[in-house]
Amino acid sequence: MTETTTPATDDATGAVLSPLHAEHVALGATMTPFAGWMMPLRYAGDLAEHQAVRTAAGLFDLSHMGELHVDGPGAGAGLDHALVGNISGLAVGRARYTMIVQEDGGILDDLIVYRLADEAYLVVANASNVAVVSGALAERLAPFDASLTDRSLETALIAVQGPRSAEIVVGLTDPAHADAVRDVRYYAGVPATVGGVEALVARTGYTGEDGFELFVPAAAAPGLWRDLRAAGAPLGLVPAGLSARDSLRLEAGMPLYGNELDTTTAPHDAGLGRVVRLDKTTADGEPLPFVGRAALASRAHATPSRVLVGLVGSGRRAARHGYEVLTSAADDAVVVGRVTSGAPSPTLGTPIAMAYVTPEVSAEGTELAVDVRGRREPVRVVALPFYRRP
Amino acid sequence: MSDVPTTLQYTAEHEWIDGAEPATVGITKNAADALGDIVYLELPTVGSEIAAGAVVGEVESTKSVSELFSPVSGTVVEVNQAAVDEPSVVNADPYGAGWLFKVDVTGTGPLLSADEYAATITD
Repeated sequence: MTETTTPATDDATGAVLSPLHAEHVALGATMTPFAGWMMPLRYAGDLAEHQAVRTAAGLFDLSHMGELHVDGPGAGAGLDHALVGNISGLAVGRARYTMIVQEDGGILDDLIVYRLADEAYLVVANASNVAVVSGALAERLAPFDASLTDRSLETALIAVQGPRSAEIVVGLTDPAHADAVRDVRYYAGVPATVGGVEALVARTGYTGEDGFELFVPAAAAPGLWRDLRAAGAPLGLVPAGLSARDSLRLEAGMPLYGNELDTTTAPHDAGLGRVVRLDKTTADGEPLPFVGRAALASRAHATPSRVLVGLVGSGRRAARHGYEVLTSAADDAVVVGRVTSGAPSPTLGTPIAMAYVTPEVSAEGTELAVDVRGRREPVRVVALPFYRRP
Repeated sequence: MSDVPTTLQYTAEHEWIDGAEPATVGITKNAADALGDIVYLELPTVGSEIAAGAVVGEVESTKSVSELFSPVSGTVVEVNQAAVDEPSVVNADPYGAGWLFKVDVTGTGPLLSADEYAATITD
Protein backbone atom coordinates (compact mmCIF):
# COMPACT_ATOMS: atom_id res chain seq x y z
CA MET A 1 0.00 0.00 0.00
CA THR A 2 1.26 3.42 -0.78
CA GLU A 3 -0.11 6.61 0.58
CA THR A 4 -0.89 9.11 -2.13
CA THR A 5 -0.81 12.83 -1.65
CA THR A 6 -2.96 14.98 -3.89
CA PRO A 7 -1.33 18.37 -4.15
CA ALA A 8 -3.12 21.67 -4.56
CA THR A 9 -2.73 23.07 -8.06
CA ASP A 10 -3.00 26.41 -9.81
CA ASP A 11 -6.39 26.76 -11.54
CA ALA A 12 -5.03 28.34 -14.72
CA THR A 13 -1.87 26.32 -15.32
CA GLY A 14 -2.40 23.10 -13.37
CA ALA A 15 0.98 23.72 -11.75
CA VAL A 16 1.49 22.22 -8.30
CA LEU A 17 1.34 24.72 -5.46
CA SER A 18 4.16 24.68 -2.93
CA PRO A 19 3.17 24.06 0.70
CA LEU A 20 4.42 27.66 1.14
CA HIS A 21 2.22 29.11 -1.61
CA ALA A 22 0.08 31.20 0.75
CA GLU A 23 3.24 32.65 2.30
CA HIS A 24 4.50 33.75 -1.11
CA VAL A 25 1.18 35.30 -2.07
CA ALA A 26 1.00 37.15 1.25
CA LEU A 27 4.52 38.52 0.59
CA GLY A 28 3.42 39.82 -2.80
CA ALA A 29 5.72 37.50 -4.74
CA THR A 30 5.66 37.35 -8.52
CA MET A 31 4.87 33.69 -9.10
CA THR A 32 5.99 31.73 -12.14
CA PRO A 33 5.35 28.23 -13.45
CA PHE A 34 8.58 26.27 -13.07
CA ALA A 35 9.01 22.56 -13.83
CA GLY A 36 5.34 21.86 -13.18
CA TRP A 37 5.24 23.94 -9.98
CA MET A 38 4.11 27.47 -9.25
CA MET A 39 7.11 29.06 -7.56
CA PRO A 40 8.20 32.55 -6.48
CA LEU A 41 10.29 34.30 -9.15
CA ARG A 42 10.97 37.33 -6.98
CA TYR A 43 9.57 39.23 -4.02
CA ALA A 44 10.76 42.84 -3.62
CA GLY A 45 13.42 42.70 -6.33
CA ASP A 46 16.04 40.41 -7.88
CA LEU A 47 19.03 42.60 -7.05
CA ALA A 48 18.16 43.22 -3.42
CA GLU A 49 17.54 39.49 -2.96
CA HIS A 50 20.83 38.60 -4.65
CA GLN A 51 22.77 41.09 -2.56
CA ALA A 52 21.08 40.02 0.66
CA VAL A 53 22.35 36.48 0.10
CA ARG A 54 25.90 37.76 -0.57
CA THR A 55 25.95 40.07 2.48
CA ALA A 56 23.40 38.70 4.98
CA ALA A 57 20.95 35.91 4.18
CA GLY A 58 18.20 34.82 1.83
CA LEU A 59 15.29 32.46 2.44
CA PHE A 60 14.35 30.20 -0.46
CA ASP A 61 11.43 27.84 -1.03
CA LEU A 62 12.83 24.84 -2.90
CA SER A 63 9.85 22.59 -2.32
CA HIS A 64 9.73 21.83 -6.04
CA MET A 65 12.88 19.74 -5.74
CA GLY A 66 12.38 15.97 -5.81
CA GLU A 67 13.01 13.81 -2.74
CA LEU A 68 13.45 10.14 -3.58
CA HIS A 69 14.15 7.80 -0.69
CA VAL A 70 16.04 4.56 -1.28
CA ASP A 71 15.94 2.15 1.64
CA GLY A 72 16.94 -1.42 2.35
CA PRO A 73 19.93 -3.74 2.66
CA GLY A 74 20.68 -3.34 -1.06
CA ALA A 75 20.24 0.43 -1.19
CA GLY A 76 23.94 1.31 -1.25
CA ALA A 77 24.87 -1.31 -3.82
CA GLY A 78 21.84 -0.36 -5.90
CA LEU A 79 22.78 3.32 -5.97
CA ASP A 80 26.41 2.42 -6.79
CA HIS A 81 24.99 0.64 -9.84
CA ALA A 82 22.47 3.36 -10.73
CA LEU A 83 24.63 6.49 -10.27
CA VAL A 84 28.17 7.49 -11.28
CA GLY A 85 29.43 8.12 -7.74
CA ASN A 86 30.65 5.88 -4.95
CA ILE A 87 27.47 6.10 -2.91
CA SER A 88 27.91 3.15 -0.57
CA GLY A 89 31.20 4.72 0.50
CA LEU A 90 29.41 7.71 2.02
CA ALA A 91 29.50 7.90 5.80
CA VAL A 92 26.12 8.20 7.51
CA GLY A 93 25.28 11.90 7.74
CA ARG A 94 27.33 12.87 4.71
CA ALA A 95 26.13 13.99 1.29
CA ARG A 96 27.58 13.78 -2.21
CA TYR A 97 27.07 15.67 -5.46
CA THR A 98 26.60 13.04 -8.16
CA MET A 99 24.86 12.29 -11.43
CA ILE A 100 22.62 9.75 -13.07
CA VAL A 101 23.57 9.11 -16.69
CA GLN A 102 22.31 7.15 -19.66
CA GLU A 103 24.22 4.11 -21.00
CA ASP A 104 25.91 6.50 -23.45
CA GLY A 105 27.10 8.73 -20.61
CA GLY A 106 24.61 11.55 -21.30
CA ILE A 107 23.45 13.22 -18.09
CA LEU A 108 19.86 12.50 -17.00
CA ASP A 109 20.19 14.69 -13.92
CA ASP A 110 22.62 16.02 -11.36
CA LEU A 111 21.77 14.95 -7.83
CA ILE A 112 22.70 15.28 -4.20
CA VAL A 113 22.57 12.00 -2.29
CA TYR A 114 22.43 12.01 1.51
CA ARG A 115 23.15 8.90 3.54
CA LEU A 116 20.57 9.14 6.32
CA ALA A 117 21.31 5.77 7.97
CA ASP A 118 23.14 2.55 7.16
CA GLU A 119 20.39 1.43 4.83
CA ALA A 120 18.65 4.73 4.04
CA TYR A 121 19.55 7.25 1.36
CA LEU A 122 17.85 10.43 0.16
CA VAL A 123 18.30 11.30 -3.51
CA VAL A 124 17.49 14.96 -4.29
CA ALA A 125 16.64 15.52 -7.95
CA ASN A 126 15.77 18.57 -10.00
CA ALA A 127 12.03 19.17 -10.20
CA SER A 128 12.05 18.95 -13.99
CA ASN A 129 13.67 15.51 -13.84
CA VAL A 130 11.93 13.80 -10.92
CA ALA A 131 9.86 11.54 -13.17
CA VAL A 132 12.86 10.57 -15.30
CA VAL A 133 15.09 9.94 -12.30
CA SER A 134 12.39 8.05 -10.45
CA GLY A 135 11.72 5.87 -13.49
CA ALA A 136 15.39 5.15 -14.09
CA LEU A 137 16.01 4.37 -10.43
CA ALA A 138 13.02 2.03 -10.27
CA GLU A 139 14.40 0.08 -13.20
CA ARG A 140 18.02 0.10 -12.06
CA LEU A 141 17.23 -0.80 -8.44
CA ALA A 142 14.92 -3.68 -9.37
CA PRO A 143 17.59 -6.41 -8.98
CA PHE A 144 18.58 -5.06 -5.56
CA ASP A 145 16.96 -5.49 -2.15
CA ALA A 146 15.95 -1.84 -1.97
CA SER A 147 12.73 0.18 -2.03
CA LEU A 148 12.22 3.48 -3.82
CA THR A 149 9.74 6.02 -2.42
CA ASP A 150 9.01 9.39 -3.99
CA ARG A 151 8.30 11.79 -1.11
CA SER A 152 8.56 14.96 -3.19
CA LEU A 153 5.03 16.14 -2.50
CA GLU A 154 5.02 15.47 1.23
CA THR A 155 8.44 17.10 1.70
CA ALA A 156 9.12 20.83 1.77
CA LEU A 157 12.62 22.15 1.28
CA ILE A 158 13.58 25.53 2.70
CA ALA A 159 17.06 26.98 2.14
CA VAL A 160 18.73 29.65 4.25
CA GLN A 161 21.77 30.94 2.39
CA GLY A 162 24.28 33.65 3.15
CA PRO A 163 26.94 34.63 5.68
CA ARG A 164 24.38 35.10 8.47
CA SER A 165 22.59 31.81 7.82
CA ALA A 166 24.34 29.83 10.57
CA GLU A 167 23.33 32.37 13.23
CA ILE A 168 19.75 32.27 12.02
CA VAL A 169 19.37 28.49 11.77
CA VAL A 170 21.34 27.66 14.92
CA GLY A 171 19.38 30.30 16.83
CA LEU A 172 16.12 28.54 16.00
CA THR A 173 17.45 25.06 16.72
CA ASP A 174 16.48 23.11 19.83
CA PRO A 175 19.38 23.57 22.31
CA ALA A 176 19.94 19.83 22.35
CA HIS A 177 20.80 19.93 18.63
CA ALA A 178 22.33 23.39 18.32
CA ASP A 179 25.95 22.27 18.51
CA ALA A 180 25.38 19.56 15.92
CA VAL A 181 23.81 22.07 13.53
CA ARG A 182 26.51 24.69 14.15
CA ASP A 183 29.22 22.14 13.45
CA VAL A 184 27.64 20.34 10.52
CA ARG A 185 30.15 20.34 7.69
CA TYR A 186 29.67 21.33 4.06
CA TYR A 187 27.95 18.46 2.24
CA ALA A 188 26.70 16.84 5.42
CA GLY A 189 23.34 16.75 7.17
CA VAL A 190 22.02 16.15 10.66
CA PRO A 191 18.53 15.51 12.00
CA ALA A 192 17.55 18.41 14.26
CA THR A 193 14.51 20.17 15.69
CA VAL A 194 14.36 23.67 14.23
CA GLY A 195 11.54 25.99 15.20
CA GLY A 196 9.87 22.97 16.78
CA VAL A 197 9.95 21.07 13.48
CA GLU A 198 11.87 17.84 12.95
CA ALA A 199 14.12 18.55 10.02
CA LEU A 200 17.04 17.16 8.12
CA VAL A 201 19.43 20.11 8.27
CA ALA A 202 21.98 19.94 5.47
CA ARG A 203 24.86 22.30 4.84
CA THR A 204 24.40 22.52 1.12
CA GLY A 205 23.29 25.16 -1.32
CA TYR A 206 23.34 26.65 -4.76
CA THR A 207 24.49 30.20 -4.12
CA GLY A 208 28.23 30.10 -3.43
CA GLU A 209 27.63 31.14 0.19
CA ASP A 210 27.55 29.26 3.45
CA GLY A 211 24.06 27.99 4.00
CA PHE A 212 21.60 25.33 4.99
CA GLU A 213 18.85 23.35 3.35
CA LEU A 214 16.08 22.12 5.64
CA PHE A 215 13.99 19.15 4.59
CA VAL A 216 10.74 19.19 6.58
CA PRO A 217 7.23 17.71 6.37
CA ALA A 218 5.14 19.85 4.03
CA ALA A 219 2.52 20.56 6.70
CA ALA A 220 5.15 22.04 9.02
CA ALA A 221 6.74 24.25 6.37
CA PRO A 222 4.67 27.44 6.75
CA GLY A 223 5.35 27.73 10.48
CA LEU A 224 9.07 27.15 10.01
CA TRP A 225 9.17 29.64 7.11
CA ARG A 226 7.59 32.32 9.30
CA ASP A 227 9.91 31.51 12.22
CA LEU A 228 12.96 31.76 9.97
CA ARG A 229 11.76 35.08 8.56
CA ALA A 230 11.15 36.48 12.03
CA ALA A 231 14.51 35.25 13.38
CA GLY A 232 16.41 36.32 10.27
CA ALA A 233 14.88 39.69 9.51
CA PRO A 234 16.91 41.57 12.16
CA LEU A 235 20.06 40.08 10.59
CA GLY A 236 19.10 41.14 7.08
CA LEU A 237 17.42 37.94 5.83
CA VAL A 238 14.91 38.45 3.03
CA PRO A 239 12.86 35.92 1.06
CA ALA A 240 14.52 35.29 -2.30
CA GLY A 241 13.08 33.88 -5.51
CA LEU A 242 14.18 31.78 -8.45
CA SER A 243 15.57 34.79 -10.28
CA ALA A 244 18.10 35.53 -7.53
CA ARG A 245 18.81 31.83 -7.18
CA ASP A 246 19.81 31.71 -10.86
CA SER A 247 22.09 34.77 -10.77
CA LEU A 248 23.69 33.51 -7.54
CA ARG A 249 24.43 30.05 -8.89
CA LEU A 250 25.77 31.50 -12.13
CA GLU A 251 28.23 33.73 -10.25
CA ALA A 252 29.23 30.65 -8.24
CA GLY A 253 29.88 28.75 -11.49
CA MET A 254 27.39 26.04 -10.63
CA PRO A 255 25.75 24.16 -13.50
CA LEU A 256 22.00 24.18 -14.09
CA TYR A 257 20.35 21.16 -15.64
CA GLY A 258 18.87 22.16 -18.99
CA ASN A 259 21.56 24.83 -19.48
CA GLU A 260 25.01 23.38 -18.79
CA LEU A 261 23.85 19.78 -18.39
CA ASP A 262 21.60 17.64 -20.57
CA THR A 263 21.43 14.20 -22.15
CA THR A 264 23.88 15.18 -24.91
CA THR A 265 26.46 16.18 -22.29
CA ALA A 266 28.73 13.84 -20.33
CA PRO A 267 30.07 14.79 -16.90
CA HIS A 268 33.59 15.28 -18.37
CA ASP A 269 32.29 17.87 -20.85
CA ALA A 270 31.04 20.00 -17.97
CA GLY A 271 34.36 19.78 -16.14
CA LEU A 272 32.73 17.40 -13.68
CA GLY A 273 34.62 14.22 -14.55
CA ARG A 274 35.61 14.01 -10.89
CA VAL A 275 32.08 12.86 -9.97
CA VAL A 276 32.50 9.75 -12.16
CA ARG A 277 34.05 7.01 -10.05
CA LEU A 278 35.48 4.53 -12.54
CA ASP A 279 37.43 3.08 -9.59
CA LYS A 280 34.25 1.81 -7.89
CA THR A 281 34.60 -1.90 -7.22
CA THR A 282 32.34 -4.79 -6.33
CA ALA A 283 32.77 -6.74 -3.11
CA ASP A 284 35.09 -9.03 -5.10
CA GLY A 285 37.31 -6.14 -6.10
CA GLU A 286 36.13 -6.17 -9.71
CA PRO A 287 35.31 -2.88 -11.51
CA LEU A 288 31.69 -2.10 -10.71
CA PRO A 289 29.67 -2.04 -13.93
CA PHE A 290 27.48 0.98 -13.14
CA VAL A 291 25.13 2.33 -15.77
CA GLY A 292 27.16 4.42 -18.21
CA ARG A 293 30.53 3.07 -17.10
CA ALA A 294 31.69 1.79 -20.49
CA ALA A 295 30.91 5.03 -22.28
CA LEU A 296 32.37 7.21 -19.54
CA ALA A 297 35.55 5.09 -19.28
CA SER A 298 36.26 5.68 -22.96
CA ARG A 299 35.69 9.42 -22.53
CA ALA A 300 37.78 9.76 -19.40
CA HIS A 301 41.06 9.94 -21.31
CA ALA A 302 39.80 11.26 -24.64
CA THR A 303 40.15 14.93 -25.52
CA PRO A 304 36.66 16.38 -25.13
CA SER A 305 35.18 18.05 -28.20
CA ARG A 306 34.09 21.00 -26.09
CA VAL A 307 34.95 22.52 -22.75
CA LEU A 308 32.77 24.46 -20.30
CA VAL A 309 34.37 27.85 -19.65
CA GLY A 310 33.57 31.13 -17.96
CA LEU A 311 33.33 34.30 -20.05
CA VAL A 312 33.49 37.86 -18.76
CA GLY A 313 32.49 40.81 -20.93
CA SER A 314 33.89 44.30 -20.81
CA GLY A 315 30.75 46.10 -22.01
CA ARG A 316 27.25 46.09 -20.62
CA ARG A 317 25.29 43.75 -22.88
CA ALA A 318 25.09 40.21 -21.51
CA ALA A 319 25.14 37.05 -23.56
CA ARG A 320 22.23 34.74 -22.85
CA HIS A 321 21.50 31.03 -23.14
CA GLY A 322 21.98 29.84 -26.72
CA TYR A 323 24.02 32.76 -28.06
CA GLU A 324 27.01 31.95 -30.31
CA VAL A 325 30.61 32.32 -29.18
CA LEU A 326 33.02 33.49 -31.90
CA THR A 327 36.80 33.74 -32.27
CA SER A 328 36.59 37.54 -32.33
CA ALA A 329 34.31 40.46 -33.07
CA ALA A 330 35.73 40.66 -36.63
CA ASP A 331 33.68 39.90 -39.73
CA ASP A 332 35.75 36.80 -40.55
CA ALA A 333 35.30 35.31 -37.06
CA VAL A 334 34.14 31.72 -36.81
CA VAL A 335 31.77 30.12 -34.34
CA VAL A 336 33.63 28.21 -31.63
CA GLY A 337 30.91 27.60 -29.09
CA ARG A 338 27.60 28.43 -27.51
CA VAL A 339 26.56 30.18 -24.31
CA THR A 340 24.70 28.01 -21.79
CA SER A 341 23.88 30.68 -19.17
CA GLY A 342 24.57 34.39 -19.01
CA ALA A 343 23.52 37.54 -17.17
CA PRO A 344 24.80 40.86 -15.93
CA SER A 345 26.54 39.86 -12.70
CA PRO A 346 25.09 41.83 -9.79
CA THR A 347 28.22 41.25 -7.70
CA LEU A 348 30.88 41.90 -10.36
CA GLY A 349 29.00 44.57 -12.32
CA THR A 350 30.02 43.01 -15.65
CA PRO A 351 28.31 40.52 -17.96
CA ILE A 352 29.22 36.92 -17.18
CA ALA A 353 28.43 33.70 -18.99
CA MET A 354 29.18 30.02 -19.06
CA ALA A 355 29.71 28.51 -22.49
CA TYR A 356 30.83 25.36 -24.21
CA VAL A 357 33.74 26.16 -26.55
CA THR A 358 36.22 24.12 -28.56
CA PRO A 359 39.33 23.12 -26.56
CA GLU A 360 41.68 25.33 -28.65
CA VAL A 361 40.02 28.51 -27.39
CA SER A 362 39.33 27.36 -23.84
CA ALA A 363 42.51 28.61 -22.14
CA GLU A 364 42.14 31.27 -19.48
CA GLY A 365 42.77 34.71 -20.91
CA THR A 366 41.70 33.84 -24.46
CA GLU A 367 39.94 36.80 -26.07
CA LEU A 368 36.69 35.82 -27.82
CA ALA A 369 33.38 37.44 -28.72
CA VAL A 370 29.71 36.64 -28.26
CA ASP A 371 26.95 37.47 -30.70
CA VAL A 372 24.47 39.45 -28.59
CA ARG A 373 21.42 39.82 -30.82
CA GLY A 374 23.40 40.66 -33.94
CA ARG A 375 26.15 42.70 -32.37
CA ARG A 376 29.42 41.13 -31.30
CA GLU A 377 30.63 41.89 -27.81
CA PRO A 378 34.20 41.09 -26.69
CA VAL A 379 34.62 38.55 -23.88
CA ARG A 380 37.56 36.90 -22.18
CA VAL A 381 37.85 33.31 -20.95
CA VAL A 382 38.18 33.17 -17.16
CA ALA A 383 38.42 30.43 -14.56
CA LEU A 384 35.20 29.38 -12.84
CA PRO A 385 33.71 30.33 -10.48
CA PHE A 386 33.23 34.03 -11.17
CA TYR A 387 32.63 34.64 -7.49
CA ARG A 388 34.17 32.97 -4.47
CA ARG A 389 32.99 33.93 -1.02
CA PRO A 390 35.49 35.91 1.06
CA MET B 1 -5.78 47.98 -14.56
CA SER B 2 -4.67 50.90 -12.43
CA ASP B 3 -1.11 50.48 -13.76
CA VAL B 4 -2.15 51.53 -17.28
CA PRO B 5 -2.71 55.31 -17.30
CA THR B 6 -5.60 56.30 -19.56
CA THR B 7 -3.76 59.46 -20.66
CA LEU B 8 -1.21 57.43 -22.66
CA GLN B 9 -1.19 55.24 -25.75
CA TYR B 10 0.59 51.88 -25.98
CA THR B 11 2.20 49.33 -28.26
CA ALA B 12 1.60 45.60 -28.10
CA GLU B 13 5.32 45.37 -27.21
CA HIS B 14 4.71 47.27 -23.95
CA GLU B 15 5.93 50.76 -24.78
CA TRP B 16 3.91 53.85 -23.87
CA ILE B 17 3.84 57.23 -25.61
CA ASP B 18 2.20 60.47 -24.58
CA GLY B 19 0.53 63.05 -26.83
CA ALA B 20 2.96 65.91 -26.19
CA GLU B 21 5.17 67.56 -28.79
CA PRO B 22 7.83 66.20 -28.74
CA ALA B 23 6.33 62.92 -27.53
CA THR B 24 7.80 61.02 -24.59
CA VAL B 25 8.27 57.22 -24.81
CA GLY B 26 8.79 54.68 -22.04
CA ILE B 27 7.99 51.10 -21.12
CA THR B 28 4.92 50.07 -19.16
CA LYS B 29 4.85 49.07 -15.52
CA ASN B 30 3.76 45.63 -16.65
CA ALA B 31 6.90 45.32 -18.81
CA ALA B 32 9.19 46.65 -16.08
CA ASP B 33 7.69 44.27 -13.53
CA ALA B 34 8.08 41.32 -15.88
CA LEU B 35 11.76 42.09 -16.47
CA GLY B 36 12.62 42.50 -12.81
CA ASP B 37 15.32 44.91 -11.68
CA ILE B 38 16.57 46.71 -14.78
CA VAL B 39 20.36 47.06 -14.81
CA TYR B 40 21.10 48.33 -18.31
CA LEU B 41 19.38 50.53 -20.87
CA GLU B 42 20.47 51.02 -24.44
CA LEU B 43 18.61 53.96 -25.99
CA PRO B 44 18.65 55.53 -29.47
CA THR B 45 21.08 58.41 -29.99
CA VAL B 46 19.83 61.98 -30.05
CA GLY B 47 19.35 63.09 -33.65
CA SER B 48 18.74 59.58 -35.00
CA GLU B 49 15.80 58.90 -37.29
CA ILE B 50 13.65 56.05 -35.99
CA ALA B 51 10.82 54.15 -37.62
CA ALA B 52 7.61 52.97 -36.01
CA GLY B 53 7.91 49.31 -35.05
CA ALA B 54 11.71 49.25 -35.36
CA VAL B 55 14.02 48.08 -32.60
CA VAL B 56 15.64 51.19 -31.17
CA GLY B 57 17.16 49.93 -27.94
CA GLU B 58 17.31 47.28 -25.23
CA VAL B 59 16.16 46.96 -21.66
CA GLU B 60 18.12 44.41 -19.66
CA SER B 61 17.62 42.90 -16.20
CA THR B 62 19.57 40.15 -14.49
CA LYS B 63 16.86 37.70 -15.48
CA SER B 64 16.18 38.68 -19.07
CA VAL B 65 16.42 41.23 -21.83
CA SER B 66 13.77 42.93 -23.91
CA GLU B 67 14.09 44.90 -27.11
CA LEU B 68 12.71 48.41 -27.18
CA PHE B 69 10.41 49.13 -30.12
CA SER B 70 9.57 52.63 -31.25
CA PRO B 71 5.84 53.37 -31.20
CA VAL B 72 6.30 56.13 -33.78
CA SER B 73 8.50 57.39 -36.61
CA GLY B 74 10.48 60.58 -36.16
CA THR B 75 13.66 62.14 -34.85
CA VAL B 76 14.99 61.46 -31.37
CA VAL B 77 15.46 64.80 -29.63
CA GLU B 78 16.36 63.74 -26.09
CA VAL B 79 17.19 60.61 -24.10
CA ASN B 80 16.82 60.16 -20.36
CA GLN B 81 20.46 60.07 -19.27
CA ALA B 82 19.44 59.84 -15.63
CA ALA B 83 17.70 56.54 -16.40
CA VAL B 84 20.72 55.28 -18.35
CA ASP B 85 22.90 56.09 -15.35
CA GLU B 86 20.49 54.59 -12.82
CA PRO B 87 18.11 52.19 -14.59
CA SER B 88 16.26 51.28 -11.38
CA VAL B 89 14.21 54.46 -11.91
CA VAL B 90 12.43 52.63 -14.75
CA ASN B 91 11.18 50.02 -12.27
CA ALA B 92 10.35 52.62 -9.65
CA ASP B 93 8.55 55.13 -11.86
CA PRO B 94 8.04 53.80 -15.39
CA TYR B 95 5.50 56.50 -16.38
CA GLY B 96 7.38 59.39 -14.78
CA ALA B 97 11.07 59.75 -13.99
CA GLY B 98 11.69 56.44 -15.77
CA TRP B 99 10.80 57.76 -19.24
CA LEU B 100 13.26 56.69 -21.95
CA PHE B 101 13.39 59.11 -24.91
CA LYS B 102 11.60 62.01 -26.61
CA VAL B 103 10.83 62.10 -30.28
CA ASP B 104 9.61 64.63 -32.86
CA VAL B 105 6.84 62.53 -34.40
CA THR B 106 6.47 62.33 -38.19
CA GLY B 107 4.25 59.23 -38.26
CA THR B 108 2.72 56.67 -35.96
CA GLY B 109 2.52 52.90 -35.94
CA PRO B 110 -0.43 50.90 -34.64
CA LEU B 111 -1.13 52.21 -31.13
CA LEU B 112 -3.46 50.83 -28.47
CA SER B 113 -5.66 52.68 -26.04
CA ALA B 114 -5.21 52.03 -22.32
CA ASP B 115 -8.18 49.67 -22.35
CA GLU B 116 -6.89 47.81 -25.37
CA TYR B 117 -3.42 47.49 -23.89
CA ALA B 118 -4.78 46.41 -20.51
CA ALA B 119 -6.71 43.66 -22.28
CA THR B 120 -3.46 42.29 -23.79
CA ILE B 121 -1.81 41.92 -20.40
CA THR B 122 -4.72 40.44 -18.50
CA ASP B 123 -4.38 36.72 -18.14
